[in-house]
Amino acid sequence: MAKRVSIFVTCIVDQLFPKVGLAMADVLERAGYAVDFPEDQTCCGQPAFNTGYRREARKVARHFLKVFRDAEYVVVPSGSCTSMIVHHFGELFQEEPDSLQAAGALAPRVWEFSQFLMEVAHVDDVGARLDDVVTYHDSCHALREFGIQDGPRRLLSHVRGLELREMDAAAECCGFGGTFSVKFPEVSGGMARSKIDSILRTGAKTVVSVDSSCLMQIQGALSRAGLPVRTMHLAEVLASR
Amino acid sequence: MSREQILHKVRTALGRTAGQAVADPPPVRLRVSEMDLETRVATLLQNVEALAGKIRRVATGEAARAYVGSVLGGKSAVASNAPFLRECGIADLAGVQSGFTGAPELRALCAIADIGITGADYALADTGTLVMLSSPQEARMISLLPPVHIAVVQQERVLTGLDELLTILPHPAEQTSSMVLITGPSRTADIEQILVRGVHGPREIHVVVVG
Amino acid sequence: MSAAFDEKIHNTLADANLQLAIYAATGRLIDHRKHAVAGAALPDYQELRTHANALKKHTIDNLDHYLEQFEANVAAHGGKVVYCKDGTEVADFVLGLAKERHAELIVKSKSMTTEEIDLNERLAHHQLESVETDLGEYILQLAHQRPYHIVAPALHLTRYDVGDLFARTLGVANETVVEKQALIARTVLRQKFLAADIGITGGNFLVADSGAVVLVENEGNARLTTSAPKIHIAVAGIEKLIPRAQDLAVFLKLLGRSATGQALTVYTSFLSGPRRPDEIDGPEEFYVVLLDNGRTKLLANREHRQSLYCIRCGACLNHCPVYRKIGGHSFPWVYSGPIGAIITPQFLGVNHEPGLPFASSLCGACAEVCPVKIDIPKILLDLRAEVKNSEEREGKGRLERLAFKLWAWVMCHPRIYEMAAKAASGMAPAEDGRWLRRVPAVMDLPPLRAWLSQRDLPPAPGKSFREMWRKR
Repeated sequence: MAKRVSIFVTCIVDQLFPKVGLAMADVLERAGYAVDFPEDQTCCGQPAFNTGYRREARKVARHFLKVFRDAEYVVVPSGSCTSMIVHHFGELFQEEPDSLQAAGALAPRVWEFSQFLMEVAHVDDVGARLDDVVTYHDSCHALREFGIQDGPRRLLSHVRGLELREMDAAAECCGFGGTFSVKFPEVSGGMARSKIDSILRTGAKTVVSVDSSCLMQIQGALSRAGLPVRTMHLAEVLASR
Repeated sequence: MSREQILHKVRTALGRTAGQAVADPPPVRLRVSEMDLETRVATLLQNVEALAGKIRRVATGEAARAYVGSVLGGKSAVASNAPFLRECGIADLAGVQSGFTGAPELRALCAIADIGITGADYALADTGTLVMLSSPQEARMISLLPPVHIAVVQQERVLTGLDELLTILPHPAEQTSSMVLITGPSRTADIEQILVRGVHGPREIHVVVVG
Repeated sequence: MSAAFDEKIHNTLADANLQLAIYAATGRLIDHRKHAVAGAALPDYQELRTHANALKKHTIDNLDHYLEQFEANVAAHGGKVVYCKDGTEVADFVLGLAKERHAELIVKSKSMTTEEIDLNERLAHHQLESVETDLGEYILQLAHQRPYHIVAPALHLTRYDVGDLFARTLGVANETVVEKQALIARTVLRQKFLAADIGITGGNFLVADSGAVVLVENEGNARLTTSAPKIHIAVAGIEKLIPRAQDLAVFLKLLGRSATGQALTVYTSFLSGPRRPDEIDGPEEFYVVLLDNGRTKLLANREHRQSLYCIRCGACLNHCPVYRKIGGHSFPWVYSGPIGAIITPQFLGVNHEPGLPFASSLCGACAEVCPVKIDIPKILLDLRAEVKNSEEREGKGRLERLAFKLWAWVMCHPRIYEMAAKAASGMAPAEDGRWLRRVPAVMDLPPLRAWLSQRDLPPAPGKSFREMWRKR
């Protein structure tokens, strides 16, 4: 019987970037996994937690724990959502022993997509093909909370026809930061523009990252500046044939 | 005054009581690397030079004296009371005054002297550092006020680095009221991040290693 | 956040020259640090950080013990410790001593702690001249400005600013060559050093087993401040304690490299007590002022107590993408950058500037470079929750809270979530980046307006993932 994974696509992918979810499912299947999508999933609670509304975050987190309680693996196309689940659910449930226990039991089974491929599936070549010149943006949570840096680059290195060019500020924040992007829009916009300056210096046609929220921020700034550079989630690149 | 109040607040905040015992602190962490004398001296001089310090390695006290004489070139200097300087004959060089034991006169002289000449209690190879302890032999002002500082160091005094210094001198306060580590000439980058030397301390230093 | 905060941020962002200055200065410091802690330069960098964190944790968790040990050792070497609960007490002490000794002139070396309590202003009130001697701080004193950065206080000023300033305040010719400007300052300040009655410094570290104050600097002004005048007063927060002189092997290795990329700064002074009877020069009196000013409040919070581990290296400022845009003067207090963002609310209350904990994208760059491993992002998140709790108690921010309550309810009811999402996307024509323009009321929502002020929205996908999945 094929190994099973459940996917948590994240609310932003569900509503705004559905192709990312489909691409991720494709790649996981190609890697030999049967993919399950628990329909009751919604959100990890990060928006509320990030904004200081812990009670509300807790409610949503509890729902998440219920939905994914029996999953063997939960694969997530986002470093920040994975971080919320793996690192912050524990903080939320300090006073709720049952939820704390459930969160602790689930955490080791929750994986960011690229890290799942590299460290669980042990796959760094998914047979993808994409003729393009790309640059990679290191999403902050993925990079600093999970050490995700070499994995995506290894995966990209095996994509046929793909040239990867490093930007000088790859590890600098794109400026999204959740509610930060709308509470401090000027600063957030300034950070995005610094990011796209760095992107332009590479001459790449596409920006790749493992977090759709970063890509939304970067694409929004590129589009506002009228620049022809596009963004793609790593899953979409890896699903390309 | 506020002593009792503050200590009380500290204890309350920490949930501790007066005189309560303390667990052992994390162990001291000193890592002294292996470096033979020649390597230590060479590394020291290399690092001093990298900091725009001037360096000279000499075999004898006379050679040290000759070097200092050449730097002096007719200018005025104050030398510390370090016995080694006297042994080298540096205290006798023309233009050099030394033997001061009174702060006011020493300071007045340092304020107008072109050059300050001292020994050094130790030197640290891996950072290019001079270690000066204030003592009857070494006043503070000589390595501080004049725009040029020459330090004459006996090679046995050259240690691998800070870790070795703190290994052999775990309680500097028992020896002196002032231990200063000098790493290069005085500098600042406060205006537009542009490097300028000799803001308050010496703008030029010479390290002469003898032995 | 307050209008004042917003305005300062906006003005800083709008100043192209200032943006360049901040970016260049912090960029240089980032590079210097990188080379100083990279593999070969400092192979045990991570281990040192862990050790420094452990040392600080132990010291702070047992602070009363180390304060008393420090005090006893200062006294043993002929010095005196003075505990002060706030800036008023510090000023009173200095003024009292100055009066007794007929002191008129004070020279000061750089100390964020004395900025924190506005010491110069307090002393000036009583006709006691207190001159800053660190070049950057001297410039700021003449300009009546606050430091812009913990380590590079005048980073926002150009040499032309300095030339104008010196000409105006010192009556010298307008000089724009930096070396010459430094020489002007050196000449003026040397007279002050040699005439001063009291020298006031901060304290980078207070060494408990030695009763010693450690001062770290590049210019030599701290050495002069502590060697020329007859009296030395070191003012330091109670959190500056470390247990042993030998622990400097860990801290000194981290401080210089993290701050400016220097293995050691030009001068590191280890001072204990007035000069010994047989020493030739040095101060005759030595005081260490131990300042509370709210630190005991921070101590009481077990999770946030780590904020007191800070050794004031400035690395978090340099690496913070937000600081690099908004600069030091946008912050409401003397401490700026990520460390300022976490200690300001703890010292002054979350309501002093409620927007401060939110002025961060939580990228974590600060935590990555902090030599003592303070978990700044975690504390920011905690402070955000405190702000919202405080707002709830005061009946503020009702609309936002309601929005999140509603949001949470929807997110806990998957079928309702699907319906709501479908309804929202139904308002949008496909593939149009400005899709929500159709619904003015929605467009007026602050978050959407804020987003659109800087960037476009993503095109509407037409179908959600789950709809596509079902059709797969």
